[in-house]
Amino acid sequence: MATQHSRSAARLMMAPAVILLLGWMLVPLTMTLFFSFKKYLPLRGGDLGWVGFDNYIRFVTSSAFWPSVLATLIIVGGVLLITVCFGVLLAILLDQPMWGQGIVRILVIAPFFVMPTVTALVWKNMFMDPVNGLLAHLWKAFGLTPVEWLSQASLVSIVIIVSWQWLPFATLILLTAIQSLDSEQMEAAEMDGAPPLARFGFITLPHLSRAITIVVLIQTIFLLSIFAEIFVTTQGSFGTRTLTYLIYQRVLESQNVGLGSAGGIYAVILANIIALFLMRIVGKNLD
Amino acid sequence: MGQITLEKVTKKFGDVEVIPPLDLTIEDGEFTVFVGPSGCGKSTLLRLIAGLEDVTSGKMMIDGQDATDVAPAKRGLAMVFQSYALYPHMTVRKNIAFPLRMARIDQAEQKRRIDQAAAALNLTDYLDRRPGQLSGGQRQRVAIGRAIVREPSAFLFDEPLSNLDAALRVGMRLEISEMHKRLATTMVYVTHDQVEAMTMADKIVVLRAGYIEQVGSPLELYHTPRNLFVAGFIGSPKMNIFSGPEAQKHSAETVGIRPEHIDVSRTEGTWTGRVGVAEHLGSDTFIHVHDTGLTDMMTVRISGDIEVSHGDIIHLNPRQDQFHRFDAQGLRIA
Amino acid sequence: MARAVTTQRKIINTAAAWAVGLLIFFPILWTVLTSFKTEATAIADPPVFLFFDWTFENYKVVTERSDYARFLWNSIFIAGGSTLLGILVAVPAAWSMAFVPSRRTKDILLWMLSTKMLPAVGVLYPIYLLFIKMGLLDSRLGLTLVLMLINLPIIIWMLYTYFREIPGEILEAARMDGATLRSEILFVLIPLAVPGIASTLLLNFILAWNEAFWTLNLTAAKAAPLTAFIASYSSPEGLFYAKLSAASTMAIAPILILGWFSQKQLVRGLTFGAVK
Repeated sequence: MATQHSRSAARLMMAPAVILLLGWMLVPLTMTLFFSFKKYLPLRGGDLGWVGFDNYIRFVTSSAFWPSVLATLIIVGGVLLITVCFGVLLAILLDQPMWGQGIVRILVIAPFFVMPTVTALVWKNMFMDPVNGLLAHLWKAFGLTPVEWLSQASLVSIVIIVSWQWLPFATLILLTAIQSLDSEQMEAAEMDGAPPLARFGFITLPHLSRAITIVVLIQTIFLLSIFAEIFVTTQGSFGTRTLTYLIYQRVLESQNVGLGSAGGIYAVILANIIALFLMRIVGKNLD
Repeated sequence: MGQITLEKVTKKFGDVEVIPPLDLTIEDGEFTVFVGPSGCGKSTLLRLIAGLEDVTSGKMMIDGQDATDVAPAKRGLAMVFQSYALYPHMTVRKNIAFPLRMARIDQAEQKRRIDQAAAALNLTDYLDRRPGQLSGGQRQRVAIGRAIVREPSAFLFDEPLSNLDAALRVGMRLEISEMHKRLATTMVYVTHDQVEAMTMADKIVVLRAGYIEQVGSPLELYHTPRNLFVAGFIGSPKMNIFSGPEAQKHSAETVGIRPEHIDVSRTEGTWTGRVGVAEHLGSDTFIHVHDTGLTDMMTVRISGDIEVSHGDIIHLNPRQDQFHRFDAQGLRIA
Repeated sequence: MARAVTTQRKIINTAAAWAVGLLIFFPILWTVLTSFKTEATAIADPPVFLFFDWTFENYKVVTERSDYARFLWNSIFIAGGSTLLGILVAVPAAWSMAFVPSRRTKDILLWMLSTKMLPAVGVLYPIYLLFIKMGLLDSRLGLTLVLMLINLPIIIWMLYTYFREIPGEILEAARMDGATLRSEILFVLIPLAVPGIASTLLLNFILAWNEAFWTLNLTAAKAAPLTAFIASYSSPEGLFYAKLSAASTMAIAPILILGWFSQKQLVRGLTFGAVK
């Protein structure tokens, strides 16, 4: 159904969304690009002229850069590892016949709906506090010295908090994928004498590979930009300054906009590389 | 009120030409059927008339007015879709009322027209149900009701019966024909079923790959098919068509003879063959004859019952005045 | 094909799943429980689980002391406003892409999704600057606009997938029945897509409610929603566990309830239809 009338109506009706998103993308991005080539310190003299690629070089050569890359990699990698592994196991468990499946699903999915600032604060104070936190009590119950989670094991703590938040997402998507697995295929394998572990390895896992890829890509994009979880727990100290947080500090805390903008452009490029892979998978599904 | 004229109308989807330049006039009050195999462009042609697709070039007139660029809503045509396309969230009454609501017709008049249409279509008891609670035949009636109340200058039907079972189809066919007699409004009807075309149409348009192969009344098409395609397409069972020396006897490249124009004899005849399958319908008998040396299989239709069984050798006598002769291009030789 | 499973297997499954489910849910449960304790009970050693004197004191204190109502209203305004505004822009766009697809539709759709991937921190300063220039900093309107823009791709995407499930012939029928484009969308498409539109509203309301980058960075006192309200507890106030818990419970309770209704749509909305 396409006539000249409907086609021009379609263009007209798509225009607001396209213009808004185009503006939302182009205007700030152009400004960031513009600032990234400037020495720009709003509180200390403002625009101090063009500096070429100075900011880009300074951003990657600063002493904070590589630690922040490392922190980012550990957090993203750690969370991905935990959520995917436990997500697969949980999805398989939830797919089994049981009583009260609906309620268990609700319990498992709940953390995803908790706002990030609440998640971070509850974990920080009520669980990871070295004196009154629940984990401290648990440690003491076993006669161990409580861990000062957010200072001594800061990255591990962040990984735990963020994993708790994202495990429901991974589980839910993997569960959806598992439920679309043809049970006759499974029964055929069973008839062929494949033991449970082999069935998991040869049928379930390959079937899940696409869903796992999607979980990894989408989570990576969101995890690269986690902010509130660090903002309310460590404020980037104790080695938890991620790339995102570093850029945030450069821009808003130390008001070195040029430097921060160069960092921002790096982040945009990084996100786009991952997005490209994701778009390919999504695009294939569109037809 | 309801004359539709197409002048050199073409339609391309991308680079694919679905309708090559086509001229056609549908007279006011006429029941016109577009028939052809699937993919012949008949539905596209109907959608062009409806305005749901643009013509790529050419001109379309409704009652002498240029309607080429008129939006479908403004053409004054009503359409019945293959899937019925009822509004599932509205009751039958609201479905039928929808075009009236869009035309801002006052409540009293709306009610009058709906009640009238519902009575005519046996829908009065179902007016407050939703389409999901109706049978296929009832949905079809609702779709027709929705078309009728608009009092359109022409009705467009896009394979309206193809989702119904065989028994219902025959019933609806009659109802639509009766409706046409009663309303005397132009109807354009698309189908791939040549029986529907033959029984309902005043005028049949046979289409193949976007080309009009022949336009004419059902009997014109039956008696004087313009070419081999029409000859093979119209009539059931299909016309027997063959070429070779037997055709040359009639000084033609190819000849055709309809199954009902062949007589069977036990003793003597022009052709001889062996019975394959004999289908006894009671009123008629269809005999599929092999080994005639003309085609793989000849079909013969005998009125009433006849005692033949598999493997019998029988003789066939074609009626000499019923041969259709075609030249090397497949065109009819007068 | 459902297979007969021994009761024993089912008991083990049930026990394991419930144990894991409760473990994952525990932090939320613990927060809710703590919100009904006194501050002293909240830090009792050893911790008390269920048997304590339940009190609503914390809720009273939190709501009285910190202008809770204003934060709540800001959250509702911003999340609700951005979602409604987004739907308003998205319905026509999704109609176009679902019912009048062209060769570019797929590319436009993917491009829209790609804007969702833009890291917020990369455009933080320009937005900050533009907000100052336009007087939008710390305003509900400004935040509503930003959240609408960041969720617009998801809204369009979800509506598009729902619209595609509606047969085009029904809209064509409306057109033949004399409906204008406006009537076609208002009286036929939208009523038919109500379930899809509702799910879209729900999921995006949740996403906007929980958004914690722009809400923290673009607001101060006036327009701050609940995310910022909770963040303010990161200072020493966070040591008052019972009050922190009460505040947290109030911030998450409405969304948890909404979220449970939307778990099915969550998969569709967040994987862009790549997992069904």
